[in-house]
Amino acid sequence: MQTRRETLKHSAAVAGLLASTGLFPQYAQAFDKAAFDAKTVADAVKAMGGGAPAESKDVTITGPDIAENGAVVPLAVSTTLPNVKRVLLLVEKNPNALIAMFNVSPEVEANFATRAKMGQSSDVYAVAITNDGKALFAKKEVKVTLGGCGG
Amino acid sequence: MADPMRIRAQASGDKATVRVLMSHEMESGQRKDGTGKTIPAWHIQDVTASLNGKPVMTAEWGPAVSKNPFLQFTIKGAKAGDKVAITWKDNKGDTRTDEATVS
Repeated sequence: MQTRRETLKHSAAVAGLLASTGLFPQYAQAFDKAAFDAKTVADAVKAMGGGAPAESKDVTITGPDIAENGAVVPLAVSTTLPNVKRVLLLVEKNPNALIAMFNVSPEVEANFATRAKMGQSSDVYAVAITNDGKALFAKKEVKVTLGGCGG
Repeated sequence: MADPMRIRAQASGDKATVRVLMSHEMESGQRKDGTGKTIPAWHIQDVTASLNGKPVMTAEWGPAVSKNPFLQFTIKGAKAGDKVAITWKDNKGDTRTDEATVS
């Protein structure tokens, strides 16, 4: 028979153990926080396992020339390169450059579209990281009339 | 629990284009509320797509993906009748899975 006090003590101890081993659910995710905290394109690519980025014609980024609403900027990345492991989407002048990362598997085409928030006019980057760690990018300038990050 | 996703998967030839519209606030962590306090980031972190139960694509998203995110991708070898399931998980641990049939 446990008293209420003992039970409380035990659960506190278990919580402490879990926290110290990093087993709390919010820390157990595979989410790569370092990459998403990176301020520059080069840092984010490095955190995602790519080398120094080089421009390539085989990577394509699609987006508007002028985005009227920075809160919803449709962007698409695609590449025809073989052995692509990851595709990244980045906005250079956002507070954190990395928008999204897609893991490419043999079952899907390296072709993704989504919508991003942009704080101001900036170059947007599509980066393809190959299995051997090469990073190839394409960039495009998108002008934003109304920012999408501030309030 | 968040609202359901809208998923459309259309086969053309030997591949299927999947379009997903998720329902999520995607708070950027940059905005401030009326009293000047920063509103904490709340966004989808992990997205997983599977075809007939087999994972085919995973993605990680930052807070800079737009509110009510849209995602489009293409699955090779998917045909009409196959099941596409999408799961997302946000940074508060909330998660949701929805399924659609390739048409």
